[in-house]
Amino acid sequence: MYYYALKMLIGDRAKYIGIIIGLTFASLLITQQSAIFAGIMTRTFSFLTDVSLPDIWVVDPQVQYIDDIKPMQDTKVLRIRGVKGVEWAVPLYKGALRARLENGTFQTCLAIGLDDETLIGGPPRMVAGRLSDLRRSDGVILDQNGAEGKLARSGPDGRRIPLKVGDTLELNDHRVYVVGICEVTQTFQANPVIYTTYSRATTFAPQERKLLSFVAAKAKAGEDAETVCARIREVTGLMAYTPERFKELTFYYYLKYTGMPVNFMTAVALGFIVGITISGQTFYNFTLDNLRYFGTLKAMGTSNRTLLKMILLQALIVGGIGYGLGVGLASAWGALLGGRTQIAFYLPWQLLLITAAAILCICLSSAALSIRKVMKLEPAVVFRS
Amino acid sequence: MNPCMSTPPVSTPFPQIAVRCEGVTKSFGTGAAAVQALRGVDLEVRTGELLMLVGPSGCGKTTLISVIAGVLRRDGGACEVFGQDYLAITEQETTRFRGKRIGFVFQAFNLIPTLTAAENVSAPLVIQGMSRKPAVARAREMLRQVGFDERMQDSSPVDLSGGQQQRVAIARALVHQPNLIVCDEPTSALDSETGRKVMELMRELAVATNRALIVVTHDARIFEFADRIARMEDGRITGIETLKTNAASAAETRSA
Repeated sequence: MYYYALKMLIGDRAKYIGIIIGLTFASLLITQQSAIFAGIMTRTFSFLTDVSLPDIWVVDPQVQYIDDIKPMQDTKVLRIRGVKGVEWAVPLYKGALRARLENGTFQTCLAIGLDDETLIGGPPRMVAGRLSDLRRSDGVILDQNGAEGKLARSGPDGRRIPLKVGDTLELNDHRVYVVGICEVTQTFQANPVIYTTYSRATTFAPQERKLLSFVAAKAKAGEDAETVCARIREVTGLMAYTPERFKELTFYYYLKYTGMPVNFMTAVALGFIVGITISGQTFYNFTLDNLRYFGTLKAMGTSNRTLLKMILLQALIVGGIGYGLGVGLASAWGALLGGRTQIAFYLPWQLLLITAAAILCICLSSAALSIRKVMKLEPAVVFRS
Repeated sequence: MNPCMSTPPVSTPFPQIAVRCEGVTKSFGTGAAAVQALRGVDLEVRTGELLMLVGPSGCGKTTLISVIAGVLRRDGGACEVFGQDYLAITEQETTRFRGKRIGFVFQAFNLIPTLTAAENVSAPLVIQGMSRKPAVARAREMLRQVGFDERMQDSSPVDLSGGQQQRVAIARALVHQPNLIVCDEPTSALDSETGRKVMELMRELAVATNRALIVVTHDARIFEFADRIARMEDGRITGIETLKTNAASAAETRSA
């Protein structure tokens, strides 16, 4: 009977396509909006993602998330190095610097100052030059997006000329030389990222009493990072987090204090509602149109159980196709635009599962209405003309 | 009452009782809005017999065949179909019984438009648990028996004429070898010539193979195909007329 159920479904082309379109749209909207949201949220802690070596991050106790910089005294590094279980600890600077562009305008950049000796905290991948070139006088490494985008120069024909190794740049009235181009994970603010040494960054930065943004540390082999974090908190009075915990903190901060979740959830809910209304309504109409035939099958001896399975199969088939098309389109959109633009798009398997659950929910709700109608249908309906 | 009518039971040429109804009642709605559709119907139908139920609209013909076919539960009285009382079994068992023992022919054909003619005919077999391929093969054979154009077997019902659709519906009613066939206005959507052909076919394929046929009709042109005609009025059988010629020829066919 399942073959006949499918033929009944596919045979009604207009409704079949209508249901598929509704579910595809719902699936596309839910997947795409969730993936953009996930992409944006992962950018909030992109700096932590890019710096993989430390397993402990020490910050001022008032810090609520990664961009909430509350500078500490440089001497804190020495105190942390003295805590039992700490293998090494290095200073990191993170702050905004203004780059003066060729046309006289200014561009705010994210400056990362790495430990002068070890250069720990550097970019994950170099495109040109080497990380060690930062040791050259006034050397900086630019991220590729920044070098090709916001910091790029304009040619005589108006075309953008990316900054390259050897070019110069003015940062807070200091001339610096580009010694490398790197790739970084896009930041939340999408500003260009500039890597330099800690001492140079603190020289470029507006003068303050305290300039140390973070202390990146490593637990000794065999030591549990969480335990060392607790020890640092106890000994220094500072906050120490593992990267995962710091990411969580940042993630929940943005979740709680920005309107982003509401915006994206609204779009996702819209997709869900559109799915329920368009597909649910069309599927219900499809069942109503076929009620006489379901009644005929019932009169001819088809059990309620078989009819229920037939309707469920129809719902799951359109759900599967709609889900596949929606997720496929969303992935294609992400691959196409994500590669060419700086649009945040992150589609982990968990999101695919969430979309699948949402589409399943839409299908089952639609099917439930139809099933109720068919279950209550008296087979005597077949004798009504 | 017509003087040539007699009261049941009269059908000596038909050996086995297929349907026995005694004092069957059925009403719809409740309270002041209640409508008494059947007010104590007594009726017997035997195997090999073609019984026509006639009467004005709203007299309870369709309700009666619905009760007999087990698609509607009676309120009172007794009704057995091949010895089976539907009220004594569960709804599921009734559905199974119906699927196995009863064939249906509907006024509006009720052929599923998205299935081919052969697939429509195969449906009762698939419902019984037969796999699709052998079911469709048997359906094709049945369609040949009802004289359905072989080239049209894979056509959608919407591409068929009324007569062709009714042949498909008859094939569907017969394909699983039911013992009782109930037909609701089988010729009302057909022209006179096609209606006659359909009735000839029903007699040939159903009555001759010792099945019982109950046909609800308004169509006086097909009365001649009946063995007996039961007239209904206001929820009761008011008289039953036996057409001797058909009854005798049916008995002859069986003995041959």
